[in-house]
Amino acid sequence: MKSPKRASGATTPKGGAKPKNGAGSNIAPLNDRERVQLFADMVQIREFEEQVHRSYLEGLVHGTTHLCQGQEAVSVGAAKALRDDDYVTYTYRGHGHCIARGMQMEPAFAELFGRATGVCGGLGGSMHLQDIDRGLIGSFGIVGAGLPVAGGAGVTAQMNGRGQVSMVFFGDGACNIGAFHEALNIAQVWKLPVLFVCENNLYGEFTRIEHTTPFEDLVKRARGYDMDAVMVDGNDVEAVYRAIAPAVARARDGGGPTFVECKTYRHRGHSRTDPAKYRPQEELEAWLKRDPIDLYRAKLAKSGVLSEKDAAKIVDKARDAAGAAAKRAAAAAWPDGNQNFTAKMFA
Amino acid sequence: MPVQEMTYREAILAAQTEEMRRDPKIIIMGEDIGPSGGPFKTCQGMYEEFGALRVRDTPIAETGFVGAALGMALTGYRPIAEIMFADFLGVCFDQIVNGIAKHRFMSGAQSTVPLVIRSIGGGGLRFGAQHSQTGESWMLSVPGLKIVCPSSPAEAYGMLKSAIRDDNPVLVLEHKALLSSKGNVDIGMDHLEPLTGPKVLRPGKDATIVASLNMVGRALGAADKLSAEGIDAEVIDIRSLRPMVIGPIVESVRKTNLLVVVEEQVQVGGWGAEVVSQVVSEAFDYLDAPPARVTLPDYPLPYSPALEDAALPSPDSIAAAVKSLI
Repeated sequence: MKSPKRASGATTPKGGAKPKNGAGSNIAPLNDRERVQLFADMVQIREFEEQVHRSYLEGLVHGTTHLCQGQEAVSVGAAKALRDDDYVTYTYRGHGHCIARGMQMEPAFAELFGRATGVCGGLGGSMHLQDIDRGLIGSFGIVGAGLPVAGGAGVTAQMNGRGQVSMVFFGDGACNIGAFHEALNIAQVWKLPVLFVCENNLYGEFTRIEHTTPFEDLVKRARGYDMDAVMVDGNDVEAVYRAIAPAVARARDGGGPTFVECKTYRHRGHSRTDPAKYRPQEELEAWLKRDPIDLYRAKLAKSGVLSEKDAAKIVDKARDAAGAAAKRAAAAAWPDGNQNFTAKMFA
Repeated sequence: MPVQEMTYREAILAAQTEEMRRDPKIIIMGEDIGPSGGPFKTCQGMYEEFGALRVRDTPIAETGFVGAALGMALTGYRPIAEIMFADFLGVCFDQIVNGIAKHRFMSGAQSTVPLVIRSIGGGGLRFGAQHSQTGESWMLSVPGLKIVCPSSPAEAYGMLKSAIRDDNPVLVLEHKALLSSKGNVDIGMDHLEPLTGPKVLRPGKDATIVASLNMVGRALGAADKLSAEGIDAEVIDIRSLRPMVIGPIVESVRKTNLLVVVEEQVQVGGWGAEVVSQVVSEAFDYLDAPPARVTLPDYPLPYSPALEDAALPSPDSIAAAVKSLI
């Protein structure tokens, strides 16, 4: 059903300054080098997370942590569509988004280990990785809380008029909280350049989607705001990129927000203390067969872009890099208990 | 600099307008603040001057636009969010307490969060229990926020300007019963009032009365009544709840030896408890009597004028509290 056209309100702030170098909507095909890089980026996230898991068992990661194995194609495919001056907002399951955006592993591990050399000086932790210089403006531990904030970064992008966009990652669980509604509504009314990237991994914490949500296809929610919405296989990195890149280009040209639903799956539980026994074995096995890295590795091998041998080398290199970064991070000092905490709160 | 008599409402409007002329990075958002000029007319004419991109009418969605303020502040803008009634601060509690207050800290001071949340609260206008709260103590225990309470047009003007220029989140709690009150304001682009520290508004030697917002005027009224009875009360406007600067209050109590705190909120968990606690810690030996607190009764503010007037601290009830200590 087509939504009725909204009457244009005199007070609705649309558009803002026109981007000077508006991107076209033609998305250039990926070349072989770029495809190998997408593979390598996914592998690096996977190996980062596997190392986090090992470090957790060694007692180096404290409290809890939320791993993203299985969802790497979303982070990497989406990041590929962004420019350096774009803004990214994400969640407590955000290691992948940060690594995909270029956060260095050693300060990331150091943050997880609570060390002085952490990317946030040990004040944030696993759920709050930030790297302002890379446009990684916020990792939100409260479900859905990042969506309105991403809208604000979208206002900045709109006001700046340089064709920037604001991209926010969140899960299916966030689609049931009020902040989701308010953020999508504002973004659509103000035509903000915001990409709402929903990683629908079928579980909100420990509970499967049918127990919390009336339908599985969350694009339906976005369409209720008259917002453009696309659904994509979140375990196919190129498909994610191809779905998101045109939406990003449109947003850069003042075309407003898009909701992108990426169907994916968490290989592990919600958090480190969750063995995820609530998931049917056959469901888990079916999704493990659709591991985004395995799928892409096979695809690249089949098309002659990346040999098995070279793929194995990439994996080994990524594993070694993650291990070495974690080792250096673990050797770092604890934060100074006598530092000026007031200055950390107030500029 | 010209001194001009104006209302509290005009002072807010003047501060915002001047600051927005000075800095194009300032954007104001809120419900009905566009062509309508705001439900309390605190934004009258701003839409016409600055346009729809800088004076943004929002949906009725405090989480949405207060969260957006955080996103704008993190990316180079300096937003002002107007919360129509302070009572609605509860709607966006998470964005303020978990987001805005903690963002810079959790980032290891990578980010700065220059934003202002203005809210218009307070009782006495028969708005009932959901539209009459000051919200003063709701976020008192949240590190990372500055919380100020202007009690006069001059303070509303100068503190709001300071808040807008501050690189940190500032919660400006205004009072709707003060909106039409008049006072002299020293108008000028750089006329700023500090965001911290109490001010002695009426010197006295017999008792110290500390109050905020609309209770400041009532405390001054109480001091006038007491004066007629030969009791010389000192009245202090606390002005800023976070950070709370206790020094001048302690100094006053060392002189007067009596303390009465007046708050337009219930006693339990009020900022007055913090004032009393700190004064007792620092000036116990100077107190001639246990400190007294004049607050709202421990139930929601009732609608009926007969009941609301009885619930709010008055010059008479404040004066009575002072006399009870003597």
